[in-house]
Amino acid sequence: MRREVPLIITAVVGIVFVIQYFIPHYPFNQLNSWFSDWFSIIGACAIWLGALNLIKISADKIYRKRAGWGYAVVIILSFLVITLIGLFEGESFRDFGTKFDWMYRFVYTPLASTMFALLAFFVASASYRAFRARNLEATLLLLAAFFVMIGRVPVGDAIAMKLSIPEVIYPSGVAVWIMNVINAAGQRAILIGIALGIVSTSVRVILGIERSYLGGD
Amino acid sequence: MKKEFLVYIGILILAIILYFFVTEPVTFSPTVSLIIIGLIGLALVLIFVRTIMGKLVGRRTVFSFVAISVVVPFFMTVEQPIQTSPEVQSLYQAVLDLKPGSKVLVSFDYDPPSAPELQPMAETFFSLCLERDLRIIIMGLWPQGPQQAEMALQKVMDEPAIASKNYRYGIDYVNLGFQVGNEFVIQRMGDDISSMFQTDYYGTPYDSLPLMRNITNFSNIDFSFNLSAGYPGTVEWVQVAVDRYGVDLGAGNTAVQAPQMYPYLRAGQLKGLLGGLNGAAEFEKAAGRIGKGTKFMVSQSFSHVIVIAFIIIGNAAFFLGERRRKEEVVE
Amino acid sequence: MDAIGLWIGAFLTLGIMSFLYKDNPWYKLSESIFVGVSAGYWFITLFWDSIYSKFYIGVSQEGDNYLYVGAILGLMMLMRLIPKVGWISRWPLAFIVGAISGFYLINYFSSNIMRQVANTVMPLFSTDYGQSLFSASVGTIIDNILVAGGTFAGLVYFFFSKEHKGAFGATAKVGIWVIMVTFGATFGYTVMSRMSLLIGRMDFIFGDWLGLIK
Repeated sequence: MRREVPLIITAVVGIVFVIQYFIPHYPFNQLNSWFSDWFSIIGACAIWLGALNLIKISADKIYRKRAGWGYAVVIILSFLVITLIGLFEGESFRDFGTKFDWMYRFVYTPLASTMFALLAFFVASASYRAFRARNLEATLLLLAAFFVMIGRVPVGDAIAMKLSIPEVIYPSGVAVWIMNVINAAGQRAILIGIALGIVSTSVRVILGIERSYLGGD
Repeated sequence: MKKEFLVYIGILILAIILYFFVTEPVTFSPTVSLIIIGLIGLALVLIFVRTIMGKLVGRRTVFSFVAISVVVPFFMTVEQPIQTSPEVQSLYQAVLDLKPGSKVLVSFDYDPPSAPELQPMAETFFSLCLERDLRIIIMGLWPQGPQQAEMALQKVMDEPAIASKNYRYGIDYVNLGFQVGNEFVIQRMGDDISSMFQTDYYGTPYDSLPLMRNITNFSNIDFSFNLSAGYPGTVEWVQVAVDRYGVDLGAGNTAVQAPQMYPYLRAGQLKGLLGGLNGAAEFEKAAGRIGKGTKFMVSQSFSHVIVIAFIIIGNAAFFLGERRRKEEVVE
Repeated sequence: MDAIGLWIGAFLTLGIMSFLYKDNPWYKLSESIFVGVSAGYWFITLFWDSIYSKFYIGVSQEGDNYLYVGAILGLMMLMRLIPKVGWISRWPLAFIVGAISGFYLINYFSSNIMRQVANTVMPLFSTDYGQSLFSASVGTIIDNILVAGGTFAGLVYFFFSKEHKGAFGATAKVGIWVIMVTFGATFGYTVMSRMSLLIGRMDFIFGDWLGLIK
């Protein structure tokens, strides 16, 4: 029963969502509404699971005094501070001027943004060290990257103007052509390929052939 | 540890000096800007020479160049012509084709890390809509989205041309807030928007909002604009709102995912596309507005040139090294 | 308070950036705060927007008793934290997987296969169906042929059930060229995106915090 019940749930829910696309009337539209709302609540609990698991791991690290346990204290304290603030602020916790909004603007936003911004440095360093035109394919990749990078910023056309290059092959025009023609073709091939994979996997999941999401016994 | 502590103190002292004693914005003259460009070029030539001699520069040198290429242009006076690409022009034209009073649904599906690229797009779009007396309905599939929308809206509302029109919340624009559920939210909105948004961002009941009284589902929306940084985002809006409910959709995407949207643009599933910061700058140009998109393009240009320079230097060293190795084998 | 907030934001920003020099206690502290605050942010957001607004309001004020099923499935999901009864979390997981599979099956088929194939298999030499032959410009004709041919060649490349030999192999070769150009374009845009994020952060440091930029 530990595996059979989940398989039945997957099949029923999957089939309802397929049918409601073609028959958006009672009872499938009502089932669609119910299932969508349940999905939201379960999704919220899944995120909660991640947060609570983090606290569990951090608490375990502190209890066993593992290396870096001091930072685990910081993690738990930060979590508790923002959670308690958010709980006490009430439903309007996001309004401008609340303590939660202050933490969002001056703690969460700088941290989240800077984490992503660091990638700029690493992409430049990796390009310098590893991006080599070893063969025809790599050269095509490099040339496309070159034209897109130089063509999508104003300096590309500014340099072309100074060098008296004909306007028809200005970097901006070449970049637009690459994006709208070759890139569109390649992305479309990838899109269709991925979609075929998703459709076949979805059919296998609904029919119970694919069971890897259930994990081991 | 002592050395690190001294570095922290040094940074703190520098910050205090700059914060309290440099009270005016700093701007370099065109001459100084050109000298700086020349010095950076010279430094790159030195790196090129070092690299072809077999001495790859350390990663911290590369990091320093990236930082300089981004920061220094903030203070420079450089003019750059911005060309509007066809996909941006299509979006602009799609908005121009809307009659005054048309209802525009704007979905904010991004968070603060993506704000440098998407926030300028949002501000320009709001400015364009409000100038043309379009009615704006804001929502978000990401929790931070409606907050980003509020920030963009407040900034645009403070502009004199918009402020003089005295737009009223609930009548001219509305923020429905965030709703959890990803693509299922879009699907339910196709039948009944109020089933997903019983109240707005401020807790006002849906039926109490004059703007929303005659809006049941997508068939009452004239145009949709989606600002997206990932999942859920433009792909879900295309799959559900466009292909199932026939919505006219324009999109603003981060540059990371913009290339993936071109098949949808080509198939007519998107009416226009803004890709990354340069998309924002082009949209500002089309709308006749100077925002952060335009201001940041100088830094964007410099950083691209630096990355390209390092790629060329690396490859030059690689090919010269290969030639040297082949000559040694022949000998 | 905002001035204090700016200094705190700058402290945390520079802390994360100090990683570029090397891993250090300032970075580790900032990273730990980020992990804790992110988890707390999502916890609270989903509490108020999903658990309270959807479930509690739905049940207590709207009388939507069907939401109890969702709440029970949600609680089952949380049982994963207890190893002895963790297996029960498979039920809500099965629900999620089933919902997504059913939804994606149709939507991906419709949008990413049917609409994309329809737009690829289109008049190459005219502006639309019913228009005269060669009504499209030379540039548009070339573009149409390249998009149709490039898409086909790319799909042929991804077909690994047949050996890439002869004409099939040559088409796959063209396909890999198209995909390499696509990846190059994607790389260029990725560089643009990362640099934009860095520009935003530097604008915060030098503009919002230090006030050195207009």
